[in-house]
Parts: sequence; C-alpha cells; structure tokens
Amino acid sequence: MSDAFVCGCAPTARPSLDRLDARLRVLAVVATVTTILVIRSPIVLAALVPIAVSLARLSGLSWRDLGDRLAHVEGFLVVLAILLPLTVPGPAWIAIGPLALSQPGVDRAILVLLRVNLCAVAILTLLAGLEPVRFGHALARLGVPPKLVHLLLFAARWVALIRAEATRLHEALRARAFRAETSLHTLRTLAHFTGQLLVRAFDRAARVDEAMRCRAFAGRFALVAAERPARPDALFAAGLSLGLALVIAVDRLI
Amino acid sequence: MAHIPDGVLSLPVIIGGGLIAAAGVALGLRALDERDIPKTAILAAVFFVAGLFAVPVGPSSVHLLLGGLMGLILGVRAFPAVFVGLLLQAVMFGFGGLSSLGVDTVNMALPGVALAYTARPLMARAAPTTRGVLAAAVAALAVVGTASGVALALALSSPDYVPALRIVALTYLPLAVVEAIVTGFTVTFLARVEPEILTPAPREACP
Repeated sequence: MSDAFVCGCAPTARPSLDRLDARLRVLAVVATVTTILVIRSPIVLAALVPIAVSLARLSGLSWRDLGDRLAHVEGFLVVLAILLPLTVPGPAWIAIGPLALSQPGVDRAILVLLRVNLCAVAILTLLAGLEPVRFGHALARLGVPPKLVHLLLFAARWVALIRAEATRLHEALRARAFRAETSLHTLRTLAHFTGQLLVRAFDRAARVDEAMRCRAFAGRFALVAAERPARPDALFAAGLSLGLALVIAVDRLI
Repeated sequence: MAHIPDGVLSLPVIIGGGLIAAAGVALGLRALDERDIPKTAILAAVFFVAGLFAVPVGPSSVHLLLGGLMGLILGVRAFPAVFVGLLLQAVMFGFGGLSSLGVDTVNMALPGVALAYTARPLMARAAPTTRGVLAAAVAALAVVGTASGVALALALSSPDYVPALRIVALTYLPLAVVEAIVTGFTVTFLARVEPEILTPAPREACP
C-alpha cells in the first residue's frame, strides 16, 4: 500500500491474555500505568524496561509490534527529549562547544523517556488486541454510561465495515493509477474519498436505523456477558498487584 | 499527532483535562438521542478510519484529525465520538495514552465543536463553494486550536517544556494546511451530493 494512502495495522490477538476476564485487563492496565506514573526513581524505571519487554514478548507480541508502537511514541518524544537537556537551566552535565547539557534537563528527559515508553509497552501488552465487543461489555460492567458503551459497540462493529468500504474505494483509486503525493490533486482526491465514505456511511446509517426500528430498537441493548472471574484471573490479579506493590515499595525505599 | 503519551503531563493537568472531557462527553451524550446512537456511531467509525490514512507532505506524512469536519457534522456529539475513537485506537492498536485520554479528547473535540457552532449559521444558506471556504477556515482554526491545546497542556505540566513547544507547534502547520484543503473540498462535495449530512434535520416525533 506504499504507493497510496497507508492504513494502520493491528497487532494480532493473544490467546493467553484473551482467556482473562476483560474487566481485569482494563483494571490491570489502569493500575500499571498509574504505578509507572507515580514511580520517581529513574533506576527503578530503567530496571522495569527489560521486565516489561520480556512480559510483552511472553504475552505473544512480536518485536515488530513493539517496534512499530514505540517508533510511533518516539516521534512525539524526539523534540522534547532533545530540547530538555539544552533548555532546562541548571549546572552543566556535559558541554560540547557552545552547547551545554544541563544535569536537571538530562534527568528530566531520561525520566520522561522511560515513563512514556513503559506506559506504551504496558498499554500495548495488556490492552491491544482485546476484542472491542468484550472491551465494551467490560466497560459497561465497570460502570461506564450505557449510551457511551453503545456508541463504542456500534462504532467497533462498523469500523471493520467502513474500512472494507475504504479499501474498496482505495482499490478503485489504485486501479486508476492514483499515486499519493504532495499535490492539490491528492488532497482533492482524499477529500472526495472522505466525502464519498461519509455519503455511503450516511446511507448505510439510514438503512440500519430503519432496520433497527423495525426490530423495536429503542436505544438499548441488553448487555449480556458470560464472563465470570476464574482461577487464572485470580492468579493474574494477585501476581500483578504483588509486582506493582513491590515496585512502588522499592521506589520509595531507595 | 494530537496524542500526548502517558508520562508527560502533570497530575493537575491530567485531572483538569479529564474533568473538561467528562463535561464535554456528558453534554454530547445528553444531546444524543438513544435512537440516534447507530447513526452517530457510523459517523464516528468513518472519522476513525479516515484518521488511519497517511497523507504525504514532502518527505514525511501526516494523519488527518478532521476535528473541524467532525464538529460541523456531529456538533457537540463530537466529544463522545472522539472519546470512543480514542478508546478504540487503544484496544485495536494499543495506541494513545491512558492518563492523557481526557486531555486528548478535549484537544481534538473542543476546537472543532466550538468553531462549528460559530460557523454553522453562516453556512446554512450559503452556496456549496462558500460553504467549502468556511469549512476550510474552520478546519484550519480547529488544527490551530488542537495545537494550542497540546501546547497549553504541556506548558501547564512543566515550564521545562516551553522551549520545545515552538517546534511542536510548527509541526502542526502542514497539518493545518492539509486539513483546510481536504475539509473544504469534502464539505463542497457533501453540499452538492448529500447536503443532509451537513444540516441534520431535527428528528421527527416518534409515535
């Protein structure tokens, strides 16, 4: 797809994690990210990096998944991480000609780099690949407003269809030898592409709306989830809370 | 691009962003008739998919945000739509921050919603091309609004980030241009082909 617009690609589902209760995965990712954010010591954070990466690999993520995700984060970080040491005032850590890297700036940059990457790995490991339907049900059972959950469930249902529609339009473009480049033509094509996608989606929405009303849809679905916490969930929850508690304790002690 | 990763923002900013986002989502949900959920969800899915496409700009590429277009089409319902999109992005691709979810939602939805409210009365009876020009202005300003939101969130988090912000803000300029052109043409196209999308008719009373 390199010669036209490019679509993102999703990491594959991981059976080992999919066996867990979806609610537990949501809570686990919130707990893990919160823990990473409250840790103050860069040494503890650095020590967590190999652990996080091995856990991510253990969960079934490929190096490529990890690399793609982290490359995406780094795009945002590059500017911050390079400029922090140069701009934060403080005693110089190292001076190269007129450029002085300040000690607090370097510390700050390292802390941000570690936190951002660890959080990204945690979210990728625990959440990515979770089926949106299970995710929606989990959110509903965790107390998220039903309207919002319905919106999520419907949107998740249609993302695949709209994407298929987009792929069809995209193929039609490519069959007509379209190449994306920096030009007004490309932008206008993209605009008509988006517009056509909206028109088709709007028509589809009208049809779906009628069909749902024929079936007496009044805005509410019964959210039936058969998930019950089982032994693997208890083990996972215990292991994770123990690990996170240990990490916080070490951080506060050193 | 508008995603701020976890670990960059300070706690007060995270909480403040979360509260504003919650208010916006609540307003959007209130404006959302339960029977309109499927329609809104389909449009949210379109914006989600459109955001996946990379538009080449010179040697690099940008992803569309379409905040202005979303505001014009969805109104205040853009808040829940953006929030749902961000959640989906997290579960489907593992992208985006968790603690910054609120700030991201506000940054992406608020400028578009606010600008669309000002521009809608002007656009109501205009010709398709005029509508396109207005929509282009809305889209460009919405990107500027998003960039300012990102900058504000970072600056409030730590004064250390301020020097880096000028460069971060610069990266939004090509996006503003691209969004303005794309949104302008899209709205002209919609005004000709399916004007109903741009002026949502009030739902007829249901028996």
